[in-house]
Amino acid sequence: MKALMFGWEFPPHILGGLGTASYGLTKGMAENGDMDITFVIPKPWGDESKDFARIIGANSTPVAWRDVNWDYVQARIGNVMDPQLYYNLRDHIYGDFNYMNTNDLGCIEFSGRYPDNLIEEINNYSIVAGVIARTLDFDIIHSHDWLTYPAGIHAKQVTGKPLVIHVHATDFDRSRGNVNPTVFSIEKDGMTHADHIITVSNLTRRTVIEKYGIDPAKVTTVHNAVEPLSEELLNVTVPPKHDKVVTFLGRITMQKGPEYFVEAAAQVLHKVKNVQFVMAGGGDMMEKMIRLAARRKIADRFHFTGFLRGKQVYEMLKASDVYIMPSVSEPFGISPLEAMQMGVPSIISKQSGCAEILENVIKVDYWDTNAIADAIYSIINYPAMYNQLREQGLAEVDQIRWNKAGAKVIDIYRSLMK
Amino acid sequence: MKAICFYFQIHQPFRLKTYRFFDIGNDHYYYDDFANDDIITRIAHRSYLPANEMLKEMIAQYGKKFKVAFSISGTALEQLEQYVPEFIDSMKELTATGCVEFLSETYAHSLASLQDPEEFVAQVKAHDEKIYQLFGQKPKVFRNTELIYDDDIAAMVLSMGFKGAITDGAKHILGWKSPNYVYNSAAAPKLKLLLKNSKLSDDISFRFSNTEWANYPLRADTYINWIAQLPEEEQIVNLFMNYDTFGELQPRESGIFEFMKALPRFAAEHDIQFMTPSEVISKLKPVAELSVLHPISWTDEARDTSAWLGNTLQNEAVEKLYSIGERVRLCQDKRIKQDWNYLQASDHFFYMCTKHSSDGSVHSHYSPYDSPYAAFTNYMNVLSDFMTRVEAQYPSDIDNEELNSLLLTIRNQEHEIEELNREVEMMRNNIVKDTTGDFAPEEPALPLPEPKSEKKPEKKPEPKKKTAKPAPKKKTKTTKETTKKEK
Repeated sequence: MKALMFGWEFPPHILGGLGTASYGLTKGMAENGDMDITFVIPKPWGDESKDFARIIGANSTPVAWRDVNWDYVQARIGNVMDPQLYYNLRDHIYGDFNYMNTNDLGCIEFSGRYPDNLIEEINNYSIVAGVIARTLDFDIIHSHDWLTYPAGIHAKQVTGKPLVIHVHATDFDRSRGNVNPTVFSIEKDGMTHADHIITVSNLTRRTVIEKYGIDPAKVTTVHNAVEPLSEELLNVTVPPKHDKVVTFLGRITMQKGPEYFVEAAAQVLHKVKNVQFVMAGGGDMMEKMIRLAARRKIADRFHFTGFLRGKQVYEMLKASDVYIMPSVSEPFGISPLEAMQMGVPSIISKQSGCAEILENVIKVDYWDTNAIADAIYSIINYPAMYNQLREQGLAEVDQIRWNKAGAKVIDIYRSLMK
Repeated sequence: MKAICFYFQIHQPFRLKTYRFFDIGNDHYYYDDFANDDIITRIAHRSYLPANEMLKEMIAQYGKKFKVAFSISGTALEQLEQYVPEFIDSMKELTATGCVEFLSETYAHSLASLQDPEEFVAQVKAHDEKIYQLFGQKPKVFRNTELIYDDDIAAMVLSMGFKGAITDGAKHILGWKSPNYVYNSAAAPKLKLLLKNSKLSDDISFRFSNTEWANYPLRADTYINWIAQLPEEEQIVNLFMNYDTFGELQPRESGIFEFMKALPRFAAEHDIQFMTPSEVISKLKPVAELSVLHPISWTDEARDTSAWLGNTLQNEAVEKLYSIGERVRLCQDKRIKQDWNYLQASDHFFYMCTKHSSDGSVHSHYSPYDSPYAAFTNYMNVLSDFMTRVEAQYPSDIDNEELNSLLLTIRNQEHEIEELNREVEMMRNNIVKDTTGDFAPEEPALPLPEPKSEKKPEKKPEPKKKTAKPAPKKKTKTTKETTKKEK
């Protein structure tokens, strides 16, 4: 079965959970065998894994005819694309896009991030998708998250192949209800055109059905999973510590509920002293949180690390005794699973999608700071609690595999191709 | 001839309120009175009371032929006395018919039999006293919390003077053997064993109203026929169940009460009797020995103790609890004794079970908590507070033996003081007699008002006693002080 996937991020160059999830799912599907996946991203760097999917960069797909020779193409984009593919794509340019800002190869530049002119970039991406869809042979189209819905729709209209969209988050999650009308309309448009919608949790599925008015019959939940961690990451070393460490790891934004973590920390510190709280990550609420910690007079025990990348994340987890994710609204939330992989007991909000599948974590309402504080206290004070959560958590997360999620997605493909 | 032996379990724990860690050291009341009241009242009105009426009716109709046995935990009795006293009265009336036998068990429906033999014996005594005090019966047959049983328990039970014990006819113990006989314990051969017939018991308590069940609707004549058709040699069918089977697990609308009422009539047709456990034990001879090396129970698919001691959380909580057992038994404080009992209820550990599948759903059905982790956290917070209270009474850096001897001296001294006081009292009376009486030879001439208040100098033997009296008091005070100082 041949699938054409549109995504925005792909490891190792990722900005959030979307890249990790797209990668894991693609790999998991490939493990089920008989899958030929082409993954389109705005801007490949050349160091992406190509073992289980062919990567096509939108920024190396021509939309305007340029007479360039093989060697030139090889020199320019050889690290990310086979020149032959460039010529194949060039043969399928379907309109005159010379009025656009194209480069020497007739390609549009992409940042591959989330720039201010994101809407324009999404639109360009969809133009490129038209070329790719006309060039390649595939059975199904799969769009990851709202940024790529227009591209998916375009590909569907060109080829008539079924479109699956994968909802990793909705604007209702990101904005606590204050949706951006432009984003909403792109999302809604994608959902309406899709032949099937995959959501990462039942929570998101309900949002899609209730807020976007979609027929429940065409919305299926496929929960995310995790990749087993490498030995190197599992064995990162951290300096010994004397205090217990409680960690919040993620973007410090309204969606993640950082203020509830600070309030709970203040309550715990009221009772026990040998605990340190760490808020790792960056975000628009960081300064507010620093002020809040100071106002609660716990700044001596409450630390901010700023944005952590790569290995730093795992070092932070390794040094932690408790991981906490008090998200107000979390479509899935893959990071507690990573914490569990590192053997860190986790506290998550009941309003997170991953709470639907996890048993060996403590689930609380994000607003119930008493319960959060109580859970933190329990884990750091009762060794049995820590050990049970740690060991059972490891065993549990070990069973949450991408190949199972991949099999479900393949089943959905099959049902659409009948 | 065959016989049916009915035994019903009544138990309710004192559920804990949400007890945050901020409360540790500040709040020493642990119980969710509202929930406890609510649950026991609801179950009593839907099940216990109507079921009692049913039994009374049956006994009235069939005379002494219909008999049942009860096992009611001490905590359930306390709740019933407090919230549904009419049930106690109803039970007394039922007892008066002479067709009801009470079984012995641990007061708190605890796991003491597995953890703390001394506590186990103490609780069984406490429970039997409570039963005697309320219903005037001295239990002769023992049944442990949730039918937990193994060879060690058998020995303890026999040494407490019980002739018989009740447990589950677990398949992995019985193998090809049938539960419909009396057995005896391999470890304590004089102890006879009655085994639950799981199939026939669960037909009533779990499957009766299940419309998916092949035998739905179950009728009394069919049921008695099943029993009648058992091989001739199988003489006793032990039907053990929770008393809330009637009206709660099987709702009134299912016809469970009518089913029960019809049983004796059909039983009589097939010449099947009803017996209480003690009758069975005195009338039937054991056919074989049963050896149970690892504890069994009547709970979950595995029929073992994993429902209470199956994971790290449960083991930790139970171990912490019983680690202070000896200390608590030294305490005299009534509140501590009471909390100690309530905290031992096996239910608290049942809520911490992390099993999945069908067993797991039973656990979460009964649990007042969202998750086993919440159950553990709450319990441990309460236990921490309880332990600090025990600690405050007797600091843990004095070891038990030392503490014991100190307590012994204090108690002996108290005794001594009491005796001396009594002596002083006697002497004083003598003096009063003397002063008013006749044999004052020399000094009546001395000024009177003074000697009345200060008689010490007057008589020789007395002052000695009087000085003797304050002395030991001071001593006890100092010993108490030293114990405190040793903190």
